[in-house]
Amino acid sequence: MVPLSYYMILSGVVFLTGLVGVLIRRNIIILLLSIELMLNATNINFVAFSYYLHDIAGQVFVFFALTVAAAEVAVGLAIFIALYRGTPSVNVEEFNLMKG
Amino acid sequence: MKYALIPLLPFAAFIVIGLFGHWIRDRAHWIAVPAVLGSFVLAASAFFDIAQGTPVRLTLYSWISSGSFQVPIGFYIDRLAAAMLLLVTIVSGLVHVYTIGYMRGDAGYARFFSYIALFTFSMLMLVMADNFLQLYVFWEAVGLCSYLLIGHWYERKAASDAAMKAFIVNRVGDFGFGLGVMLVFALFGTLQYEQVFAQAASHAHETLNLLPFGGAWPVNVLTLLCLLLFAGAVGKSAQVPLHVWLPDAMEGPTPISALIHAATMVTAGVFMVARFATLYNLSPTAMAVVAVVGGVTAIFAATIALTQNDIKRIVAYSTVSQLGYMMMACGLGAYTAGIYHLLTHGAFKALLFLGCGSVIIALHHEQDIRRMGGLKDKLPITYWTFVIGSLALAGFPLTAGFFSKDEILIGAWTAGPLGRTLTVVGLLTAFLTAFYSFRLVFVAFWGPSRVDPHVARQVHEPSPTMTMPLIVLAALAIVTGYLGIPGFLSPALPGPMSLPPAHEGAATFAIMALATVMGLGGIALAYVFYVLKPALPSVIAQQWSSLYAGSLHKWYVDELYEAWFVRPTIEAANDLWQWIDMRVIDAAVNGVAGSINLWSRALRLIQSGEVQHYALAMALGAVVILGVYMLL
Amino acid sequence: MGIFSFFYFATVIVLCAILVVAFRNPVYSVISLLVLFFHVAGLFVSLHAEFLAAVQIIVYAGAILVLYLFVVMLLNLKRDDSYQRQVWIGVGLGAAALGEVIYLIAKANMEPAAFVNRVSQVTSAAQEGNTEMVGRLLYTKYLFPFEVASLILLVAMIGAILLAKKALPEVRDK
Repeated sequence: MVPLSYYMILSGVVFLTGLVGVLIRRNIIILLLSIELMLNATNINFVAFSYYLHDIAGQVFVFFALTVAAAEVAVGLAIFIALYRGTPSVNVEEFNLMKG
Repeated sequence: MKYALIPLLPFAAFIVIGLFGHWIRDRAHWIAVPAVLGSFVLAASAFFDIAQGTPVRLTLYSWISSGSFQVPIGFYIDRLAAAMLLLVTIVSGLVHVYTIGYMRGDAGYARFFSYIALFTFSMLMLVMADNFLQLYVFWEAVGLCSYLLIGHWYERKAASDAAMKAFIVNRVGDFGFGLGVMLVFALFGTLQYEQVFAQAASHAHETLNLLPFGGAWPVNVLTLLCLLLFAGAVGKSAQVPLHVWLPDAMEGPTPISALIHAATMVTAGVFMVARFATLYNLSPTAMAVVAVVGGVTAIFAATIALTQNDIKRIVAYSTVSQLGYMMMACGLGAYTAGIYHLLTHGAFKALLFLGCGSVIIALHHEQDIRRMGGLKDKLPITYWTFVIGSLALAGFPLTAGFFSKDEILIGAWTAGPLGRTLTVVGLLTAFLTAFYSFRLVFVAFWGPSRVDPHVARQVHEPSPTMTMPLIVLAALAIVTGYLGIPGFLSPALPGPMSLPPAHEGAATFAIMALATVMGLGGIALAYVFYVLKPALPSVIAQQWSSLYAGSLHKWYVDELYEAWFVRPTIEAANDLWQWIDMRVIDAAVNGVAGSINLWSRALRLIQSGEVQHYALAMALGAVVILGVYMLL
Repeated sequence: MGIFSFFYFATVIVLCAILVVAFRNPVYSVISLLVLFFHVAGLFVSLHAEFLAAVQIIVYAGAILVLYLFVVMLLNLKRDDSYQRQVWIGVGLGAAALGEVIYLIAKANMEPAAFVNRVSQVTSAAQEGNTEMVGRLLYTKYLFPFEVASLILLVAMIGAILLAKKALPEVRDK
């Protein structure tokens, strides 16, 4: 029997890895991939809890999270394509027009 | 409510001309003159009412009503006020008519009429007031009108300076006056004349401690009150030491010199002392101060008038001197005599000023008497009316001035040792007065003409609108001596209880004779100096050069004030500006702006525009929150 | 048996996660993410969430990753240069957060007793099947969010098309 806390720690590790990836990579694609990592981590967490609390609602929530992740990827990549046309670079540091 | 119309007619004229002056322009006199004449008719009617019956008491409007502080706007018209009403409306009316001729073609014609209408309104309200606050308000209002009118030709720096000087010097006196009004309320709980007069005697021996912290300087409250109120009179009636504004006020047009600075506004101070005779009678100290100030002013100004060369300044200093006479009389308890002289003086001094104006206009604005002469044949009406006025001023027998000046001197003689001293001063002043007024007549009208020849060709008598008031005033300068004014006024102006009633005895006749001798002697001496031996004055001036210079320079009072008061104030203001205003206040305000600038520049660095920096900030925040969770 | 499968899946998942973030070549990152998705699906199966495992593979591995690969190939991305300037702060923050999370989880008592009794419930519902169970809940209690999710997808679709298409050339009247 795997204790719930192991799943939570796993989920936490994956999430934080994704977070670190967001913070340290300069490539926009890898940035978006790291965000996917974070979303996955939360999915693992939900399913684990759903199993341990015997409540299917957790899995239903994963379903929706998945949907939203898909939508977000589509729109995110579309935005990236549009940006790329203006500044042909994948370096996130070059998109600093909001510099105040 | 015809009494209310007396001041309201000129006020309506002020409003109408003031608002529509741009369209009325040269026809402004059609509105102002009928208003003032209407006011005169009503004032005459009011006079007859009062003469036969009791004083009029009327409350028009409750202005301030705040708990125990009640101030209505009302009238208290007794014989004193009625006489003043006549004086103000007559002189104002004649000056209005004179102005039609004098100010013809002036750019501010309508503005001038609106201001003298406003002045007439204010003066009438002042005279008819029934409470201290109304008096004070209109006291200030006449001061304001004086400012506006002296500075009528405001583009001239001298005129605007003179206007400011008048207002500021008046303000110094009015500060004391204001304190006096407050003291009235503090002592009596009311500002109404009649209630104050009724309660006054009960406070006769009350004292007030002037040193607030520990020390003791008890002062009789009534003395303090009378002195504070007198401070206002010193300013308004140009007594020494606040007389300095009146000669400079001659920068204003001559009609207002006649109206405001001879007959009406400057007499407000004397009127005030007489009005509050009940209070002054209870304070011998204050009366002594008033008398001494008046006497000093009388002789001080007379010595200056001896040497002046500007025609209006001679008459101005003579006004200051005569005001000193009136104040002296009131201070010695002879209120009736003081007011009698006020009324007659109003007539002949206005006459003299208007005569000056006539000469000035005829000579195209020449005011220096050294460039006049030989005018008696070219300006006959002006000359003869001027002579009558000067005779009245000098106290020549049978003129009104003779009777009123004698009343003062006799009243002074019977008023104790101080009075007798001041009678001597008064007689000396009478001699000097006669001398300088006939110096003016002889130098300006007699002898060979020293007028600029180009101007001399065109010298002619001015228009009837200007000569008619001169004739009327000349007539008044004689007639007012025979109207029985003292008898009319004395029931309203009781003297102090300590004085025995005067008027009979050998002393009376002796003083009358002495005064006449002084007057005639002055005229004779002037004749010698300026007609028989014209070279004599300059010889004497050189022999007594320092006295001559002192008199010519007004005894350096203006220079003294400049050094003691004006310059230190300006320097203090300058220092305050540079050290406090610029370095402290501006620095603080700019410093706030500067610090905001600094902070915003620092905070701006956070907005780097880079997404990952923002993400870092969020992650940092999350870690911190988790840390808090850990601790909890 | 369950423990070993868990540890296998967990190890690979963690390893792949680190590799996703660490690889310089974007294609390598995408591939390691793919491996990660498969193992997550395996983890789901071990948790008796078969439906989700299937959906995970279909949607994530089959659609999203493919989309990423398209973009990577389209842009012909080469090897990256260096990490961001704030690499050490980022890693430090991550480590700190990890420590906090482990501490918090260890501190919270989660009773295993309550779990043991109820595990059997899930397995006994094997007659129904996980898909059926999820479906029943989805179409009854969570119907509204289900419809909203479909709307979200619609909006995303339209948004993606609008954002990514080229601007039309201006029509000139000649």
